[in-house]
Amino acid sequence: MEKKTLSAKLLASPHIVWSVLFIIAPLIMVAYYSFTNADGNFTLENIKALSDYKEVFLNSIWYGIVATLICLVIAYPTAYFIARSKARVQSTMIMLVMLPMWTSLIVRTYSIMSLIENTGIINSFIQKLGFEPIQMINTSGAVILGMVYDFLPFMILPIYSVLTKLDNKLVEAAHDLGADKITVLTKVVLPLSRSGILSGITMVFVPSVSTFYISQKLGGGNFALVGEIIEGQFVTSNNFNLGASLSLVLMVLILICMAVMNHFSGDEEESSGGLMP
Amino acid sequence: MKRIISMFFALLLMLSCSVIAFAESSPLTEKELQAKYKKLAGTSINVYNWGEYISDGSEGVMNVNEEFEKLTGIKVNYATYATNEDMYTTLKAGGSAYDIVIPSDYMIQRLIEEEYLEKINFDNIPNYKNIMDEYKGLYYDPNDEYSVPYNVGMVGVIYNKKVVKGNPTSWSLLWDERYKGQILQFNNPRDGFATAMFLLGIDVNTQDEKEWRRAYAKLIEQKEVLQSYVSDEIFNKMEAGDAAVAAYYAGDYLLMKDNNPDLEFYYPEEGTNKFVDAICIPKGCQNKEAAELYINFLLSEDVALANAEYLYYATPNKTVINNDNYSLKGNPILYPDKKDEPKTQSFENLNQYTLSLTTKLWSELKIEGASNTAVYIKLGVVAGIALVAIIYSTAKKKKRQKLYDV
Repeated sequence: MEKKTLSAKLLASPHIVWSVLFIIAPLIMVAYYSFTNADGNFTLENIKALSDYKEVFLNSIWYGIVATLICLVIAYPTAYFIARSKARVQSTMIMLVMLPMWTSLIVRTYSIMSLIENTGIINSFIQKLGFEPIQMINTSGAVILGMVYDFLPFMILPIYSVLTKLDNKLVEAAHDLGADKITVLTKVVLPLSRSGILSGITMVFVPSVSTFYISQKLGGGNFALVGEIIEGQFVTSNNFNLGASLSLVLMVLILICMAVMNHFSGDEEESSGGLMP
Repeated sequence: MKRIISMFFALLLMLSCSVIAFAESSPLTEKELQAKYKKLAGTSINVYNWGEYISDGSEGVMNVNEEFEKLTGIKVNYATYATNEDMYTTLKAGGSAYDIVIPSDYMIQRLIEEEYLEKINFDNIPNYKNIMDEYKGLYYDPNDEYSVPYNVGMVGVIYNKKVVKGNPTSWSLLWDERYKGQILQFNNPRDGFATAMFLLGIDVNTQDEKEWRRAYAKLIEQKEVLQSYVSDEIFNKMEAGDAAVAAYYAGDYLLMKDNNPDLEFYYPEEGTNKFVDAICIPKGCQNKEAAELYINFLLSEDVALANAEYLYYATPNKTVINNDNYSLKGNPILYPDKKDEPKTQSFENLNQYTLSLTTKLWSELKIEGASNTAVYIKLGVVAGIALVAIIYSTAKKKKRQKLYDV
């Protein structure tokens, strides 16, 4: 028994070392910088200065929520469709979902830029057809489009992996008991895939809220999100302390959003517990 | 001490290649250089430079680092950065041992002030004689101890002659209502603020908060007519004709002009920014002597010519400027005549307070105009929905719990 725990400890040690070095230690540094000034003395100035950026925080969260919802609406049916296809079709489709992730985010964002530019590919096509060009780039829509395009695979994949594991017998049983298609979807499939949805939401929401590249390139620098402000503090003004306190607050806000989300996942364990034999 | 060391080296040289060397400080001769190469062959140096800032062997041009390796046997480890501030952050964070960095003027000033730079031994750089006198003893390194000029450049205004009428000469083109939605602005505080400050006649190195706020008000005014804030995506936008007016670096304009002949350029009459990027050796370098040989190599005629041809920036190297093979020789934009030369001012290092102020104002500029109340309402609605959903699901849970209990 004792031997087992020792080997378990040994097996866990790389992960523990990794976490301490690259997760815990940086977090402590962020917290330290947040509450000190350039000379290393304790101060609350950085936290007070945050009130200038209230709207930036709220805007970032709003953009994150919108992008996440759009991703969810697109991803769920897609994942469902893929999970219900034949095995060979499935692997091809998943490949197609993953393919964009093999190209760098920068290249992908640039290619969206050349698509929706005022004289870009889409607009020159529209003009050829004899219509007025549409202003697409440098709008809030473009920023959200960028987020959805870049982070969509992160929503599809977890939902897909949950749905493939879904036992088809449960669906058949529900049908046998007289449930129609919509009832099966809302009472059986959706509740059972909730864990996939939740991890998908986390994986899209967090990078969307903290992105700076997408809003810079597709928003034309007109939609300052909190990621951009943080980048500016570190890179141009070398104010590590304010930058750290901004990131700390962003982290807290994301944690709050996640806590709200988790409220729904707690519900899920119970209902799936009730369903499973 | 320095003298003893240099005497020691001289002695070493005499022994190793039996060349009669003078035991006093003077630039190395060709033979002495060869001896140094032999001595240092097999070692390596770490070079940290701007991205796309050296002739790299693409499209058949000279690969500078490879040529240096061939000549000396010293291996070059090459890394790049995107901005002065990135480079500064890396040096400041420590832990990296670079032998060569190439920052801009104001950043060199800061690095010298904060003692991040090593004094260069110019005896190892006989090609330093190729540098034009006007680039010696500049304000950021008045005694020429820490830096060797690499490239120089100026900022000007680029416009598309198909869109812009007449012959504009002022910064005010970037505020012109007639070209609303076609104007681009720098997406970095220093260059962005400078456009407004030159227009208003403010000293770009002022530490006076009021003056920065005046420039800020001018930039707010500009937001109305602006298409976007850009960095390197300016190439796409100006070349494709998506935008018609922008301020950018002269060398980059020449690159854009190659792809879009409708683009024109001028130096605004109110004055503009002139910058010098110079080669430095940071403290903590591992192979200082080899780094100096590398600097010497960069200053040699062939290499400097290859770089000037590839980078399109103006060179401070007189052997290149007078070279008949130089395709940009006498280019009126890179090398304006003395009488056409625009008024220029260089960026100097700002104190920490002013630096923080500029970024703060810059981010306020970006946020400005975003409908503030709307986002409160939107998020309020979302929070409301979340609250209702939580209450609903809790109620449902309780109800179900009751069923189980029964």
